[in-house]
Amino acid sequence: MPNAEPVITMRGVKKSFPGAMALKGVDFTLQKGEIHALLGENGAGKSTLIKILTGVYERDQGEILLDGTPIHPRNPQDAQKIGISCVHQEINLCPNLTVAENIFIGREPMKFGAIDWKTVNKKSYEIMKGFGLDIDVTKTADSYSAAIQQMVVIARATEISAKVLVLDEPTSSLTAVEAKKLFDTMRALKEKGAGIIFVTHFLDQVYEVSDSITILRGGEYVGTYKASELPKIELVAKMIGKEYKELDEANVRSGKAVSGEPFLSVEDASSSEISDVSLVARKEEVLGLSGLLGSGRTEIARMIFGVDPALSGTIKVKGQKVKIKSALSAMRLGMAFCPEERKKEGIIGDLSIRENIVLALQAKRGIFHLVPRAEAERLADLYIEKLAIKTPSREQSIKNLSGGNQQKAIVARWLAANPELLILDEPTRGIDIGAKAELQKLVITLAGGGMAIIFISSEIDEMLRCCQRMVVLRDKSIAGELDGDISESRIMSFIAGGADSAKS
Amino acid sequence: MKKNFALIVTGLLFALLFGAGVAVYGFKLSTFLNLFNTNAYLIIVSVGVTFVLLTGGIDISVASNVAFTCMFLAVTMRAGLSPLLMIPLALAVGTGAGLLMGYLIQNFNLQPFIVTLAGQFFLRGLCAVISTESIAISNSFYTFMSLGKITLGRGNNIYFYVFIALAILAGAGFILNFTKFGRGVYAAGGSEQSALLMGLPVKRIKTLVYAVSGFCAALGGVVYSFGTPAGYSLQNMGLEMDAISSAVIGGTLLSGGAGTVAGTTLGVLIQGIIQTSVTYQNLNTWWTKVMNAALLCVFIAIQRVLAARAEKAKTAKPAISKA
Repeated sequence: MPNAEPVITMRGVKKSFPGAMALKGVDFTLQKGEIHALLGENGAGKSTLIKILTGVYERDQGEILLDGTPIHPRNPQDAQKIGISCVHQEINLCPNLTVAENIFIGREPMKFGAIDWKTVNKKSYEIMKGFGLDIDVTKTADSYSAAIQQMVVIARATEISAKVLVLDEPTSSLTAVEAKKLFDTMRALKEKGAGIIFVTHFLDQVYEVSDSITILRGGEYVGTYKASELPKIELVAKMIGKEYKELDEANVRSGKAVSGEPFLSVEDASSSEISDVSLVARKEEVLGLSGLLGSGRTEIARMIFGVDPALSGTIKVKGQKVKIKSALSAMRLGMAFCPEERKKEGIIGDLSIRENIVLALQAKRGIFHLVPRAEAERLADLYIEKLAIKTPSREQSIKNLSGGNQQKAIVARWLAANPELLILDEPTRGIDIGAKAELQKLVITLAGGGMAIIFISSEIDEMLRCCQRMVVLRDKSIAGELDGDISESRIMSFIAGGADSAKS
Repeated sequence: MKKNFALIVTGLLFALLFGAGVAVYGFKLSTFLNLFNTNAYLIIVSVGVTFVLLTGGIDISVASNVAFTCMFLAVTMRAGLSPLLMIPLALAVGTGAGLLMGYLIQNFNLQPFIVTLAGQFFLRGLCAVISTESIAISNSFYTFMSLGKITLGRGNNIYFYVFIALAILAGAGFILNFTKFGRGVYAAGGSEQSALLMGLPVKRIKTLVYAVSGFCAALGGVVYSFGTPAGYSLQNMGLEMDAISSAVIGGTLLSGGAGTVAGTTLGVLIQGIIQTSVTYQNLNTWWTKVMNAALLCVFIAIQRVLAARAEKAKTAKPAISKA
């Protein structure tokens, strides 16, 4: 029931960072009882806008009104006090505290001057049950999976009974079923009159729950639309400022059975995390590893790359039997692995883009063969240009880049090491549609140039676009292999295991 | 559960060592009580340091704080001032020093190690400026506090000041487990970024832990002066490391977020047992340090192994629950 009763009004909000103008005067209005999607490419300023609203950053200019009163939240605590709470993309939990505590910390019910743990635990259990999770809330948060942790964060935010709830990419670590549950919760909150700002890269989800859509591009306000009146194609065009057709070029190669020579073959290999893996990765080919979150995709990649080394079975590289005992030995064999959690396992925030890019090459050569500065600069410039990394200079600290650009820099790092096999684990998670298309195109181009690629992604569209062959996983084992005739329904049927297919 | 586990391991180790002491040297109840009598001040100091370690910080100024408190009390007692006024003043000064360090660390985003190192030099230096001589304390209140004890049968004594340590232990346990500040300490140590985004006053918490540590150090100093009624500028050198190692043996992670004051106390007592054994064996007292060092290494290795095993148990589970 969107009516003309704004809860948040932002006018002419400006913010700049050293070397970049993040917001160039943005307007944004959130009504009571609406779900409002905030969309834009990486670096469009969504995150900055949200961080200003929630008090993480201070704005340089402009005004924010909450129920008509100007506000200046100086930190997230301030923002929470006036009724603005936020769920971020990264899971913000204290891993050492219990689930119950994570929901209630800072607002624990007190009894006789002491925290009333009984009530905390009882209420938390009920709250999680309301989300359909029947779990032991007295266990620490780190004993649960990422998806459950994210639900805990959301439970906390909704429990604060906020006037304004900001959800910044809340679904990137959730399964389809869990995301559905979250949407139900969002709708229930909306009915109660809360205003919800929803940031996501999944456009289907935007249309599933949102009432209105505001688009930002390059730090500027593009417009606000009713979700029902804005076709998806037009939305994408507005977000990236160009026609959608370009994105579909990538389709050309898909489905064609191009097979080069096998670069890697794995036979009945098992690691501590996964068993009985057999697959072949060929040159000039993108091999997809498909399956739900936790189905064992990443575990296979980690085994191949020697992070969790294979304990049994045979691994051959170019026909030669090899033992891959560490990541370094995998690198020496010509492999590269671009991991899923780039913040945790990938980037080194304080180093410059140049340093981050040459890191893998340096490791491969060994510390006594320093990559010369001139070569490093040349490589950095080359890949910044080739992958269109948006940065003022190659000497910029990588942490200052947006998510998509960080991801590109990591891909660049592995490309700089000139691998023959490149493993990409969720390379496009959390990055915008333009950067996604660029990365997909890059993957296909690289395969075309003779590289063998193993591609892992949760997005079936993307897999269909990029992969020539696909190995489908279910519950930590290989459910089947698709060659040539790859379609969404076939993948789904493998994932669902022929039983009641949960196509959603 | 995890924290209880570390506590149980420490408790078992304590029981094991004490049992061995009973078997080999004939430890008695009096030996047990004397562990408290001789280490009461260290328990207090270590409990304070545990607060700081739980947030992921470090405080190496506490030994100097202890020495300064003793020196301050010795000088003011010599001047004939009332201990009932000067002890609270000494506590206020110690707390203030901790608060100031916490403020500097948080507000200027400085390294805790450096700031508390400066605090260590400053307070130790101040002691020597006051006097390089040892100054004895003698007045009726001190006589009462240093000799007052409860006797449980022959030779089994508990000095009154041990109860100060026990009260601090109970108070700290309550604060850490049942107050918002206490839970905030764990949250800030577990994930500072998350705690911040959850709206916890992280800056205030991380400032206040140094004040807690400063208070405990000063109170530890007061208790030390009850046991050894004198002020001397070079006393208790290196005590800060004893406090930190007690906490670590007791299961506190230096990275923050895990640990208990009960564990820390056991850590102090374990080191006390080693010291007692070394004395019984008629060895050079430096063997205490050697033994402590070995124990410390063993302990952190055990912690690492347990943590790795827990990690493994977790990843072995399927990542999605059938919700």
